[in-house]
Amino acid sequence: MNTIIDGLLKAFELIFSLDKEILQIMFLSLQVSGAATLIGSMIGIPIGAFLSFKTFLGKSLAITLNSTLMGLPPVVVGLFVYLFLSTSGPLGFLGLLFTPTAMIIAQTIMVVPIVAGITLAALNSVGKPIREKAISLGATQSQLVFTTLKEARFGILMAIITGFGAAISEVGAIIMVGGNIRWHTRTLTTATLLETRQGDFGLAIALGTILLILAFLVNFLLNKAQGAGK
Amino acid sequence: MNITMKFSALLIILALILASIAGLSYSNYFPAKEKIILATTTSTYDSGLLDYLLPNFEREKNVEVQVIAVGTGQAIEMARRGDADVILVHSPSDEKKLVKEGYGVDRRCVMYNDFVIIGPTRDSAKIKGLKAHEAFKNIYLSNSTFISRGDESGTHKKEKLIWNRAGLKPGGEWYIEVGGGMGDTLRIANEKQGYTLTDRGTYVSMLDRISLDILVEGDKTLLNPYGIIRVNSSKNSRLAQALSDYLLSKEGQDMIEGFKKNGVQLFYPLRGTCLDVDQ
Repeated sequence: MNTIIDGLLKAFELIFSLDKEILQIMFLSLQVSGAATLIGSMIGIPIGAFLSFKTFLGKSLAITLNSTLMGLPPVVVGLFVYLFLSTSGPLGFLGLLFTPTAMIIAQTIMVVPIVAGITLAALNSVGKPIREKAISLGATQSQLVFTTLKEARFGILMAIITGFGAAISEVGAIIMVGGNIRWHTRTLTTATLLETRQGDFGLAIALGTILLILAFLVNFLLNKAQGAGK
Repeated sequence: MNITMKFSALLIILALILASIAGLSYSNYFPAKEKIILATTTSTYDSGLLDYLLPNFEREKNVEVQVIAVGTGQAIEMARRGDADVILVHSPSDEKKLVKEGYGVDRRCVMYNDFVIIGPTRDSAKIKGLKAHEAFKNIYLSNSTFISRGDESGTHKKEKLIWNRAGLKPGGEWYIEVGGGMGDTLRIANEKQGYTLTDRGTYVSMLDRISLDILVEGDKTLLNPYGIIRVNSSKNSRLAQALSDYLLSKEGQDMIEGFKKNGVQLFYPLRGTCLDVDQ
């Protein structure tokens, strides 16, 4: 019990003392997961919309495939990205291994199916009546898509929030492709893992607490932006 | 919720995203200095040794050593794939193999520490003071809980070697393979009050958090030498060489000798002379 309380106190101490290393770690976590969420959403939302509006051969297979990918284990993503970016891998010449960019790539791969899947569910839950009404009012295909997207905006926001949650809390992929290098690729989750391994549970809990606070702030801003408080 | 608040929240998000992209491009495109990647084992990093040894070298050569702390198995695989410039590991037979295969060059013996067998104070398997393989035999015969790394790390390889020497194949309810790092394994051994094989360094660094005693030590089988090997395909072989030279220099070796944790010396310099314990 003491470890937990000490850890919580330590979290506030670290934040308010503006420890240079902790700030760098917090900033990198936000950068990497923020960028992965942004890119992942830009790819995932159109995929979700495509799966919702278009009818094509193999559509249900595509949806099942996407749902499966929503549960991709981070370590597996990490291993694949590692093998591609490795010096002796096909994309080794890019020199991206053990950089924040490699971490963004890995997290983006995780975020895309999550955002696509939840966007799809959100769009499908916009009732038929609304779609039919839009069509009866003479909406073109693009107007129909736009109206439905607008109606489903809370669901889509939830897709983005879930994607961000998966990214910021993930450790298996980024430790593999980032290497947890101090000052370079160490994030809140990889640092927590390191401190746990070293047996410093208090500091590990402090880092975990900081992660939660950051996630809360980001979600708070996203919700405000959407006007969910109305 | 009025439109101004919504708008300002949106602006804050956009600003954050732009700032982070700008920050990333800055750090990617203006690397401050040359860098080399050192892949090493969790035991050298987690004990704090490298954070103590490397700053002098980094300042002297104006280079940044990026340390990736993984298991010996993964570090050696990274060397094979060319993903590290130099590795510091502890598994002499794998090290020699790596050099023989041509992936590694110039293996040098940096330092050693030793493994110890630890267990609960009451020592129900009665192993205190025995030779390593005799101790394992007693643990096996009494079916006492034994925690194994189970991860092909240097420590795990040493454990398998001792089972081999005892002529036993461990298995069953009492034999727990955790597949984790040394710290994790010690934590689990402590929770279960079982026996385990650990390097002395990690044990000492966690002494204030675990209540298991050293029961077997000093057996020659338990020596644990660390070697540094340059990766043949490295594009930074000049710096890798410099790092290897630094660790073997009088300065580096004396620093290794002086490194203490909880008042205990963790590593002993080899000054280039290899202790070839059979592995």
